[in-house]
Amino acid sequence: MSNLDIWTYTIVGATFAMYIGIAIWARASTTGEFYVAGKGIHPVANGMATGADWMSAASFISMAGLIAFEGYGASVFLMGWTGGYVLLALLLAPYLRKFGKFTVPEFIGDRYYSQTARIVGVICLILASITYVIGQMKGIGVAFSRFLEVSYDMGLYIGMGIVAVYAVLGGMKGITYTQIAQYVVLILAYTIPAIFISLSLTGNPVPQIGLGGSYAPSDGAMTLLGKLDAVVTDLGFKEYTTQVMGSSLNMFVYTLSLMIGTAGLPHVIIRFFTVPTVSAARYSAGWALVFIALLYTTAPAVGAMARLNLMDTIQVGPVGAEDGNLAYADRPEWFKKWETTGLLQFEDKNDDGRIQYYDDQNPEFAAKAESFGWKGNEMVKVDRDIMVLANPEIAGLPNWVIALVVAGGLAAALSTAAGLLLAISSSISHDLLKGVFMKGISEKAELTASRVSMIAAILVAGYLGLNPPGFAAGTVAIAFGLAASSIFPVLMMGIFNKKMNSAGAIAGMLSGITVTLLYVFQHKGIFFIPGTEFLAPALGMGPDWFLGISPNAFGAIGALVNFAVAFAVAKVTAPPPEHIQHLVEDVRVPRASSGAASH
Amino acid sequence: MTPENRSAYWKANLRLLAGLLTVWFIVSYGLGIILVEPLNTIQIGGYPLGFWFAQQGSIYIFLVLIFTYAISMNGLDKKFEVDEE
Repeated sequence: MSNLDIWTYTIVGATFAMYIGIAIWARASTTGEFYVAGKGIHPVANGMATGADWMSAASFISMAGLIAFEGYGASVFLMGWTGGYVLLALLLAPYLRKFGKFTVPEFIGDRYYSQTARIVGVICLILASITYVIGQMKGIGVAFSRFLEVSYDMGLYIGMGIVAVYAVLGGMKGITYTQIAQYVVLILAYTIPAIFISLSLTGNPVPQIGLGGSYAPSDGAMTLLGKLDAVVTDLGFKEYTTQVMGSSLNMFVYTLSLMIGTAGLPHVIIRFFTVPTVSAARYSAGWALVFIALLYTTAPAVGAMARLNLMDTIQVGPVGAEDGNLAYADRPEWFKKWETTGLLQFEDKNDDGRIQYYDDQNPEFAAKAESFGWKGNEMVKVDRDIMVLANPEIAGLPNWVIALVVAGGLAAALSTAAGLLLAISSSISHDLLKGVFMKGISEKAELTASRVSMIAAILVAGYLGLNPPGFAAGTVAIAFGLAASSIFPVLMMGIFNKKMNSAGAIAGMLSGITVTLLYVFQHKGIFFIPGTEFLAPALGMGPDWFLGISPNAFGAIGALVNFAVAFAVAKVTAPPPEHIQHLVEDVRVPRASSGAASH
Repeated sequence: MTPENRSAYWKANLRLLAGLLTVWFIVSYGLGIILVEPLNTIQIGGYPLGFWFAQQGSIYIFLVLIFTYAISMNGLDKKFEVDEE
C-alpha cells in the first residue's frame, strides 16, 4: 500500500466511523423525530446541515470544472443555486414551518383540501427526488472506484450500507447530525487546496480575493483574470470572463429555473421543518446560505486557477513556437495518473511528440493552427471533474490533502443522498400510507413503516445507481426543472393567494410538469429512450426551438405555465371553503392563534 | 388579532418582500446578466465588475437580503404582537 492509500483509508475510515457513531447516538424513537428531528434543531446547526444536504457530489466535484470551461457562462449555476435561498427564505420556509406538519405533500393536501392534490404532490416529489438521487449514487460509486481500488459496485454497496445505518436508525434526527459532520469534512476538503493554490498563483491566501488579484509570476503586471483571458484566447478558446452560455436570454431563464427549482426541492424544504420556530426558520435559511456561500464563492477561484494551471502546464512557451508546447515525454506525474483513469486523453495527431491543446472548432484560429503545423486539438478528452479531483496533485500538495478531498467528495454525495431518501420515504410512509391508504395506522406502526420505506428507497436508489439509465448524466439539472415547474408554484400560491383552489392547483402542477417534460423529451427522447427525440425543424422546432432556451433551462417556463393555468382554472371553478381561507391566514402569522392545536 | 391588524401586518410583510426581491432581481439578473457588458468596462481590483457581480457579489448580497428579512420580520412580529413567546 502506498502512502497515499494509507492516508485515504485512514481518513475515509475515520469519517465513516464518525457517521455510524452519530447514528447510534441519535436514534429516533417517535415519528416526529424520524420525520423532522423533533423540531429541536438550532437554526445555525440546521443551516450547516442544509449546506451538506444541498451541496451534492455535483457541487463538490463537478461545479468548479464547469466554471473552468464555461467561464462567465457558468455564473448561472453560482447565482441560480444560491439565489434560490432568497426565494426559500422569503416566500416559503417560514410559512411552511408555521403550518408545522411533516412533509411537503401534506401541506399541499391540507391547503388544497384534496387527496388528489396530495397524491399529485407525492408524484412530483418522487419524480424530482429520484432523478436527483441517481446522480448521488453514481458519485459515491465513482469516488470509491477511483480512489480506493474497489470496484464501482462495491463502492456503491459500502455507501448504501453507511446511509442505511444512520438513515434507518435515526431518520431525520440521525441525518441532521451526520450532515453537520459531513459539512465540516466537505468544506475543509474544498477550501484547503483552494487556499494553497490561491497563495501560489496570487500570493493571497483568500481565494475570493486572489481571483481578483494580480498574477504572481508577472510581478503585478497582470491580473489573474487578465492573464487567463489572454492565455485562452491565444489558443482560440473563448474569452474566459465574457463567454456566455447559449445567449443572454438563455442564461436569464436558466438562472431563474435553478433558483425556483432550488426553492422547490422537497429535501431542502423539509430541513426547515426541523427548527423550533418561524423566526428560527427565517434565520436558518440565512445561515444555510452562509455555509453554502463559503463553497460557492470559492468555486470560481478554483475553476479559474485550475484552468490557468492546466493551460500553463501544456503551453509552456509562446504559441506557435517550435518548443512552445509540452513534449509528451515530459508530462508531469499527475498527468500520467489521470490518463490511466481515462479522464485525460492525448492523441498525437501531427506526430511531433508534443501536446497541442487549442480550440479546433474556432474557424478564425484554424488558419493559424495550420500554419503552426497543428492537426487538431490533441487533448481529446479533458474531463471537467479533473479540476477538483486532481487539483491538489497539480498544486503539489501533500497526500493527506488528496485523501481529505476523497472524504469530502464522499461526504457531499452521502449527505445529499440521505436527505433525498428521507424526502422520498417520508412521502411514502406519511403521505401515501398514513394519509391515504392506511389512515388508522398507529404511531408505532407508522414509525416501522417509515423505516421499511427508507430501506426500500435505498434499495431502489442503489439499483438505479448500479444500472444507471442512459440519461443519468444530465439528470440533476432536470430535477430542478421538475421541482421548479410543479412544487414551487403550488406552494407559493397556497400561501400568497387565499383564493387558489384545489382544481387550479392540480391543473397547474400537472400542466407545469408536463410542459417541462415534453420539452426535455423532445430533445432527449421520450423517457430518454435514444432515437425517440421528436424535434420538427420543419415546424420551426429545431434544437432549443423555444426562444433559444435549452431543455435544462426550461423549468422557469414550466413554472409560468403552472401559474397561468392555475389562475385560469381557479377563476372558473368554485373558490376554496371558508376554513381553508382561515388556514391560509393562520399560516401567514407566526404566533399560534388561540384555540389552534399545535401539532 | 383583529382582522385590520392582520391585514396591516400582511401588507407590511408584502412591502418588505417587494423591496428585497427587487434588489434580488437587480443584482443577479440586472447587474450579473443584462448589464454585464457595460459593467465589465469597470474594474474593481482584478475583477471586471459585471463578472464580479455574477460570480461573487450577487451571492454576498443574497446573504444580506435574507438576514435583513429575518431581522425586519422579527421587529414586525413584535410590533404587531404576533411573535412566538
